[in-house]
Amino acid sequence: MHPALQGLITIIVGVGGCVGYFYLSNRFLDYVLFPARGEHAGRNINRANQIRPWLFLFPALFALGLYLAYPVFATLWLSLTDRNAGGAFVGFANYSQMFGEPKFWEAMTNNMLWLIIVPAFSTGFGLLAAQLTDRISWGGIAKSLIFMPMAISFVGAAVIWKLVYDTRPAGQDQIGVLNAVWLSFDGGAWSVLVLKLMPIALLAVFAACMGYVIYQALRPLLGREVRRGQIGVWGYVLRGLLSLAAAWMLWLSLGAIPSLFSASLPYGEPQTWLTIPFWNSIFLMVVLVWIQTGFAMVILSAALRGIPEETIEAAIIDGANPFQIFFKIKVPQIMSTIVVVWTTITIVVLKVFDIVFAMTNGQWETQVLANYMYDKLFRTNDWGVGSASAMIIMLLVTPILAWNVYNARKETR
Amino acid sequence: MNMFSKKSPLTWAVHISVVLLVALWLFPTVGLFVSSFRTADQIANTGWWKALFTQERQAPAIRISGEEAEIDGRFVISGNLFESDEVEISKWGTSSRAPEAYAPGETVDVGDGASLTVTEDGAFSLAAPQSFGDSRLPRVFTTATRPPEFTLENYRFVLFDPGNREGMARAFFNTLTVTIPATIIPIVIAAFAAYALAWMRFPGRALLIAAVVGLLVVPLQLALIPLLRLHNEIGIGKGYLGVWLAHTGFGLPLAIYLLRNYMVGLPRDIIENARVDGATDFQIFVKIILPLSFPALASFAIFQFLWTWNDLLVALVFLIDATGETTVMTKQIVELLGTRGGNWEILATSAFVSIAVPLVVFFAMQKYLVRGLLAGSVK
Repeated sequence: MHPALQGLITIIVGVGGCVGYFYLSNRFLDYVLFPARGEHAGRNINRANQIRPWLFLFPALFALGLYLAYPVFATLWLSLTDRNAGGAFVGFANYSQMFGEPKFWEAMTNNMLWLIIVPAFSTGFGLLAAQLTDRISWGGIAKSLIFMPMAISFVGAAVIWKLVYDTRPAGQDQIGVLNAVWLSFDGGAWSVLVLKLMPIALLAVFAACMGYVIYQALRPLLGREVRRGQIGVWGYVLRGLLSLAAAWMLWLSLGAIPSLFSASLPYGEPQTWLTIPFWNSIFLMVVLVWIQTGFAMVILSAALRGIPEETIEAAIIDGANPFQIFFKIKVPQIMSTIVVVWTTITIVVLKVFDIVFAMTNGQWETQVLANYMYDKLFRTNDWGVGSASAMIIMLLVTPILAWNVYNARKETR
Repeated sequence: MNMFSKKSPLTWAVHISVVLLVALWLFPTVGLFVSSFRTADQIANTGWWKALFTQERQAPAIRISGEEAEIDGRFVISGNLFESDEVEISKWGTSSRAPEAYAPGETVDVGDGASLTVTEDGAFSLAAPQSFGDSRLPRVFTTATRPPEFTLENYRFVLFDPGNREGMARAFFNTLTVTIPATIIPIVIAAFAAYALAWMRFPGRALLIAAVVGLLVVPLQLALIPLLRLHNEIGIGKGYLGVWLAHTGFGLPLAIYLLRNYMVGLPRDIIENARVDGATDFQIFVKIILPLSFPALASFAIFQFLWTWNDLLVALVFLIDATGETTVMTKQIVELLGTRGGNWEILATSAFVSIAVPLVVFFAMQKYLVRGLLAGSVK
């Protein structure tokens, strides 16, 4: 059968089946099981109304249970068994085997870098773009152009950026933008300014930001002016984790400054960007930042517009300059939105697969967890270790899951 | 209250920064787009950013061809090297070792008593005392400035060439076949569930809402092996049915979440009035809630459409079998990246074919997409 025809039939059967199910089951409930007439009419109506929600919910609950909830437990079980031994229970053998693999630790380290850098830069650029575009008349157009990469598939983005990173042998015209720009540097004063002093300044700013984050995260835990009762156990844990991550970034960025200063850059030689360890991971992250910035911008721009005008007016009357207004009045008021954007992007990053799969396939030390898992599951057919690494991804998502559920509960109460 | 008042230099700084930011964000995509309209030879020789301007470059060798004519006892072949008349030759040659040996207008001896002249506009005339017969005619190397040149040949080759086994036409229809049912079915299922969660009272409702929120972030990576096994056991195997079901399952949490949040905000009076008038829940849902929820339905439909169209992982695992008959565009492009890594004209065109539809949807329905994003994340 032609797939298009099959698709059409599926739509008709699927949609018709769903609507038919809802219609008929409701009819059955109202006219056969608990008819609203006779001596028990009132009781029957009440009973029917107790059952009806479950009729409405059943297909969704069934699909959710089968396609999302059950696999979590099935994967957990698979990660504790050995497929080659007929699915025998092996305890944590898969995990210890995985922890013994250098490729896994490479994926973990890279994933941690992705987890910090991509949300940080996406949110940062998004905030910048939101703040800037809200101020100008053609901001709407600018926004939709920055937002556009959201519609492009990760695979499409991989092709787009592979062209940017493309390399031709020395002596030929470069067709990748990055190499063309790179070859325009010749080691003169301009090159030193752009490739050494500017990155060092940026790193210093980044390090300062990280220091500020640590300060903000730890201040309520140390200061006396804040009552300790306001911070729950989770508050302590989250703030601790945040400052640890920030401290790691601070350490990395400070460590990079002297090495960047002393590095002798290979001017005039075209580089194969995707094979330079560490930097190639950064180049892959750029792709995701490029995609996610639009998302951050759209949401943060809505949040910025929701800020009450009076607070800004009051600040202006008090003599605050634009930067003070932005950092001291606006940012604190949209902090909860920033957290939401950050966590949403974090989840995207944890699942990132297509970009790495299409651009380097984990070669040259660019492995990430999701691609490692795919490798194990479908290339080496090692379901145990593959499931174990899937469980690691699940474990990393769990804090966000708990946090979301906690917030949702608070709201519906 | 505008903190950058009109005449302030800050306004200019803002304008310039936004222009730079937009340019930076647009540049990579434009590169691919422009490349998809260039020939393989153009892409390989110059950066795409030069394609927009008149440029001087060395063209590949052109072998002279044409009808022989006898003029004044000499046998002459003449014609023009180029189809376009805006080309201007600055140097030419007859061997790859010295491709820039001669100036335009020069007459050169090419052996066997034959002489060749190439003028500035590409017109050539090759003359010899005897007939050329079947002998190989000389090649001409040119360095010429030529205006921007674009071609639709790549698109014809990628989409319509029946001889191209790596073409995108079939993958395009396969993707469409995956996408449409996978977008519509979850909407129907989720809409009923969302109504129940928003407007019906029953024990355990709050718990179910929390569960949906929790499932929103469960990585679908966990589902791959258990579900593939399940599909194999119940006889679905790899194929369209499997991928439709999988996309439905994975899309449901977001669908229920978005629709429920929207439906909760609908005015209570309408629903209560309908109840008082004797409408059943089913009637209320179909006649009142569904039409009113159109914006939320549209938001989710766009999300799910973009997600299923752009998806690679679910298709790899649940759809594409060893025969490759059911390959989707994302998979096809990854394949091309492996086999045709250097053939940018094919890669760029194929990628653009797959990007084009989401881009159109994006620009046409951006309003709903933004609305859905806001409803989905800002509380």
